[in-house]
Amino acid sequence: MSTTTAAAPGEKLTSKDFVSDQEIRWCPGCGDYSILKQVQTVMPDLGIPRENIAFVAGIGCSSRFPYYMETYGLHSIHGRATAIASGLKATRPDLSVWVVTGDGDGLSIGGNHTIHLLRRNINVNVLLFNNEIYGLTKGQYSPASPLGKVSKSTPFGSVDHPFNPLALVLGAGGTFIARSMDRDPIHLRTMLKRSHEHTGTSFLEIYQNCNIFNDGAFEVFTEKASKKEETLMLEHGKPLIFGANNDKGIKLDGFKPVVVNVADVSANDLWIHDERDIMKATLLTRFFDDPKKAEHMPRPFGVFLVQDKTTYEVAMEAQVADAIKTRGEGDLDALLRGRETWTIN
Amino acid sequence: MTTATEEIKKQVENKELKNVVILFAGDSGDGIQLAGTQFTNTSALLGNDISTFPNFPAEIRAPQGTLAGVSGFQLHFGSVNVYTAGDESDVLVVMNAAALKANIKNLKIGGTIIANLEGFGPKNLGLAKYPKDANPLTDGSLDKYTLYQVDLTKLTRACLDGSGLGVKEIDRSKNMFVLGFLLWMYNRSMEPTIEFLKIQFKKKPELIETNTKVLKAGYNYGETTETFTTRYEVKAAPMPKGIYRSIMGNQATAMGLITAAKKAGLTLFYGTYPITPASDILHELAKHKNFGVKTFQAEDEIAAVCSAIGASFGGSLGITGSSGPGIALKAEGIGLAVMLEIPLVIINVQRGGPSTGLPTKTEQADLLQALYGRNGECPLIVVAAASPSDCFQMAYEACRLSLEHMIPVMLLTDGYIANGAEPWQFPKAADIPEIKVNFTTKKNSVTETEAGKVEKFLPYLRDEKLSRPWAIPGTKGLEHRIGGIEKENNTGNISYDPDNHEFMVKLRQDKVDRAANYIPEQKLDNGKEKGKLLVLGWGSTYGSIKTAVKECIEEGIDVSHAQVKYMNPLPKNLGSILKNFDKVLMPEMNNGQFSKVIRDKFLINTINFNKIKGMPFSSSELKEKIKEIAK
Repeated sequence: MSTTTAAAPGEKLTSKDFVSDQEIRWCPGCGDYSILKQVQTVMPDLGIPRENIAFVAGIGCSSRFPYYMETYGLHSIHGRATAIASGLKATRPDLSVWVVTGDGDGLSIGGNHTIHLLRRNINVNVLLFNNEIYGLTKGQYSPASPLGKVSKSTPFGSVDHPFNPLALVLGAGGTFIARSMDRDPIHLRTMLKRSHEHTGTSFLEIYQNCNIFNDGAFEVFTEKASKKEETLMLEHGKPLIFGANNDKGIKLDGFKPVVVNVADVSANDLWIHDERDIMKATLLTRFFDDPKKAEHMPRPFGVFLVQDKTTYEVAMEAQVADAIKTRGEGDLDALLRGRETWTIN
Repeated sequence: MTTATEEIKKQVENKELKNVVILFAGDSGDGIQLAGTQFTNTSALLGNDISTFPNFPAEIRAPQGTLAGVSGFQLHFGSVNVYTAGDESDVLVVMNAAALKANIKNLKIGGTIIANLEGFGPKNLGLAKYPKDANPLTDGSLDKYTLYQVDLTKLTRACLDGSGLGVKEIDRSKNMFVLGFLLWMYNRSMEPTIEFLKIQFKKKPELIETNTKVLKAGYNYGETTETFTTRYEVKAAPMPKGIYRSIMGNQATAMGLITAAKKAGLTLFYGTYPITPASDILHELAKHKNFGVKTFQAEDEIAAVCSAIGASFGGSLGITGSSGPGIALKAEGIGLAVMLEIPLVIINVQRGGPSTGLPTKTEQADLLQALYGRNGECPLIVVAAASPSDCFQMAYEACRLSLEHMIPVMLLTDGYIANGAEPWQFPKAADIPEIKVNFTTKKNSVTETEAGKVEKFLPYLRDEKLSRPWAIPGTKGLEHRIGGIEKENNTGNISYDPDNHEFMVKLRQDKVDRAANYIPEQKLDNGKEKGKLLVLGWGSTYGSIKTAVKECIEEGIDVSHAQVKYMNPLPKNLGSILKNFDKVLMPEMNNGQFSKVIRDKFLINTINFNKIKGMPFSSSELKEKIKEIAK
């Protein structure tokens, strides 16, 4: 976020400085606590004064987030945080603007605003807490829930197909696309910092456990026993390797990714992760198989894609500056007068 | 002895008229809006008082030659003051048979028809659904009128023969022929139009030449053709001394917003989604980026209002604009702004409803939506503009009230005044008052604790207007969180306390009510302060009511007129005005919405007079009603 005002030197804040005086009302054991902690931990390292940070949220469990941050905050209405943040950032490019949303808020009721925010590439950071369920309304399936999800509103299983959130984001023109999880604090903090550093809309999907209505939805990715087999941790410039003993790799066979034994191939044959390669990122977003399927790809975590594109607010300011330069600062009298007048004596 | 030239010159009589209504009608593509606008501007420059009313079909290019595709431009100009675009027309210019059929009923008996002969061929007569073999131009059905048949196409083509333009392009300039002819007929100069053409076709100089040629040909046609023996003169109107320009409502609204932002020292942010008839506000604002104006064409109406809320949260003047259907979609966002108690201006250029309704026609049927159309007890300030130029004043007022009271304000205009034009004695920028905006920069309360005095910032602490401080991001030490959940007064913390909720609901209402101390008192526009009958209107019915009441008073009828522009809160003295009259007649372009409000607030009987036809009141139908009631 190159346009954000830096903090005065010698004013080093700590994570405690970002804790508000409000009582936290999430259920005990909710994954949101970890995410809040990591955000508060990362904030001092970003070097931005608290007053230049704004958190904007919609409605849902995750959207209570701004109340707990000692920054400027706006807890708005369902699905609209992205739209509100767009107006805020368009008029205040100096601020560091963070949107906290969920899979219902950001992908269902607010889906339209999410894709248009990405299309415009407004320089805000979107943290989408994905728990694949509606928590605040007590347990209905969400557009991220897998097909057949049994929930309060779908006692016989859901019949609609879920979104693949990051494929959607990529399709909408996202310029920073990443995934992390509540249960991996170090990875999450790294992803938060990377989101902040990107100029343009940063979209970070965070797998978050709802221990009340959808407990264990992501446990194959987060629990020690299965994590190494089921996740693929992306690192720029490094080969795609996973497995309990780092023994598996991904190789590209034409456009088809295949799992190979690392021992069977030379290091050069493996897919080397390149955050700047949109074609490869497209394939990576499709690593979205149901982990219960026999033959499935591991789920990638990390930065999928980074692209440089002009941001909306910069282009908007440039047009204003250009208009002032070529036509002069607006003169009210000239405006009111218009092109043609006549005089009555 | 007379010379040969003088013998040839025909005898033309000059006749003076007080006021004239011309209706140009044809297909959307016939260029009649342009011809009408040019005639309007020329008349305005001459000092006539003017009022116009463009009337479009909903489809941009409705099927050519059909009744559904007829577009019109009505112009009323006079040497006397005119307040409406006129009831009936004196002159009807029709480009085809459908245009004649759709508009003949509004032509005065004895009025003039100028018909484009080519538009009355068998095909056009069929499209206009005239019976087989019937032709109004020849069957005597127009005998009550003065009919001039002009072969516009043939004359225009002859004029541009050898110009190098294609037939299509040549035919497109036949509107200039009509315009030239009318300018001759009403003794008007061609200069303003020639100047306009020079600017309009700067990039296509060949079109400046051809259009000017056709314009002059039309003028000369009047001059030389034997048929036309009378020219008319409409002298300048007795307008107050000063400098004038012509202004349309949406344009005036945009200028009012820019002026308010400038006077408040804020960035204007306009978040909107295109919709008829409000889009011209966006078009106008988007031109004026050198005023620091930021326009945001959002993905939908909801994003439009929410982006404006975000801008206001950041310390800009956040504005959104739409028409009824869009306002319905914005309702939840407006409710959020009411809860956040931040400035937000919402413009509703009303059109016929419900649902998609009549997109290009006018109506005043969104008043109750403005007052009550949100979930919960959700009051806001509502103001309405009375005429095209008044849109400037009321847009400025909407911004002033919103910024100074920290309350969302809705401005109601409608299709009639949004697209209508009138002369405007525009103000000097220096004479327009500043709008006071004070961003809070300091903590505003001290609490005694065991550790000593602690300074805090309370985002919902209030002043005498009950307005709360506006502390914007970037202000050190005032970091705070606001939201749509009910909040505790002063602290703004989330509160589900029953007593607090009731207190806050009443407080938000009280805050709106107190704004009555900061708006002008209601004035009578015409008539005595006490009497038998008051005509109480609001918004855009102003011109029609003014004309009707003025004429009734001249005829000795005891009637007065008041036009309300501050709809919520109402002016403090409105109740006492109403008490001074035996009867209150309320004309509205809806099914009696303001009347409901007046009955509710003042417990008086009102007489409703409603027109819900997508058209403004004519002053004659109002006059008739006034006479009936005043009996």
